[in-house]
Amino acid sequence: MNDRHLSSQFDEDLNSLCSKLLQMGGLVESQIEVAMRGFSETNIDLCNQVIEREKTVNSLEVEIDSSCAELIARRQPTARDLRLVMAISKAITNLERAGDEAERVAKRSKRIIEQSVNYKINAAEIKLSGQMAIDLLRQSLDCFARLDAVGAAKVVEDDKQIDEEFRGFVRKLITYMAEDPKMISTGLDLLFIAKAIERIGDHAKNIAEFVIYIVKGSDVRHVPHDDLVREATK
Amino acid sequence: MTTTMKSMFHSDINQSGTEAGQIAQANEAAAVNALQIKNLNFFYGSFQGLKNINLDILERRVTAFIGPSGCGKSTLLRTLNRMYDLYPGQRAEGEINFYGENILEKGKDVNLLRSRIGMVFQKPTPFPMSIYENIAFGVRLYERLSKAEMDERVEWALNKAALWTEAKDKLNQSGLSLSGGQQQRLCIARGVAVKPSILLLDEPTSALDPISTAKIEELINELKKDYTIAIVTHNMQQAARVSDFTAYMYLGELIEYGKTDQIFIKPAKKETEDYITGRFG
Repeated sequence: MNDRHLSSQFDEDLNSLCSKLLQMGGLVESQIEVAMRGFSETNIDLCNQVIEREKTVNSLEVEIDSSCAELIARRQPTARDLRLVMAISKAITNLERAGDEAERVAKRSKRIIEQSVNYKINAAEIKLSGQMAIDLLRQSLDCFARLDAVGAAKVVEDDKQIDEEFRGFVRKLITYMAEDPKMISTGLDLLFIAKAIERIGDHAKNIAEFVIYIVKGSDVRHVPHDDLVREATK
Repeated sequence: MTTTMKSMFHSDINQSGTEAGQIAQANEAAAVNALQIKNLNFFYGSFQGLKNINLDILERRVTAFIGPSGCGKSTLLRTLNRMYDLYPGQRAEGEINFYGENILEKGKDVNLLRSRIGMVFQKPTPFPMSIYENIAFGVRLYERLSKAEMDERVEWALNKAALWTEAKDKLNQSGLSLSGGQQQRLCIARGVAVKPSILLLDEPTSALDPISTAKIEELINELKKDYTIAIVTHNMQQAARVSDFTAYMYLGELIEYGKTDQIFIKPAKKETEDYITGRFG
């Protein structure tokens, strides 16, 4: 496929936008990873590191959005170029929110650590779904980089596992809290952490849906999964 | 969310079942074909300028023709009111049905045809006569109107072309005294004065500044309430702004034809996408 524009500057502008998106994605991925380590290793420094770097994620969002507006104003992109720019603008909103969720994990973990609570709640699901969320976000960004609609459809499918882990953990948490009301405060912190991870999975899923939009031109948000797969593979 | 934003994320699978989608489909289905082009071939002597064109132009809609220079879009426009008849050696084969009547048949009154299908050209072409006469001249060829009726028609046409306010105090001045943008609107006024049913616009704003262009585009939007409009333009953003349907042509062939939103967001053909995204080369 002839992927070069007559204007090489246009190509450079679009490539630069994609690179910035992937750079932001890499940063958010690392934020989630560090936040999860902070939680698992009860390491307050790691939590602080995440909270500190959140500002960088926010400023990247503003910078990329401004580049998108500039490109639209200067180039009036159409067809898949337009879809790409629209998708980048929406994907970075999702990345920024995933970054917020990482910060939330860090803050809640910090609170648990600071209160020196020796909680007896088994949080294996949180650790597992945290790793799944990181993998999912990485896969969705890989699909973005490769414009891989089929891979993106798989990300959407895999997000369901994180949702399932979350529901399982909530059921378990309710039992713990019902048995020992002293657990409620920590239990709520853990609930917020689990919810944040579940949301990160949703953001990864949204980014994957934008990949299908760029490649196939079909808006697959809020459509039955079978239709989504059909659109992605047609 | 603006309509444009909504349409950006338009999707077949999302909208086909909705009420709004069904109403839109019903409206499109109810639209009448003003022109039906069937198996149209056009020749400049031995050179074939158009190759087997099949296309319907819907009534009271704006249809834009885009494509690189020499792709046949102006040629196609010129066949629609047989403007090519003025040149020996040029001929068209096939059918162009204008409300069911094949205008390519021999023995057609081409003058009457051109009063029904008017044309405005790339460069403003006012006659070297007064603004008033520029409009009255064409009307007199087809209708006998009293002075009062003619005055009324001139005012009506100038109003339609959004030129009345600027021209009403200088109707007796030469049409050539107007600015380029005003001259082009005068040509459009002249075109609508004979009350055609179709207006063909061949790059009507390519010689105009952005403000005059915006006025003409606004005018196209107004005129489509009463007229069917076919416009040839090199400016793709203009096609995107003003048209309901867009046709992409290349080397005398119609490559893709569809709703403008679809063509500019999700074209079906790779050739169309390469052209509108600037990858053509």
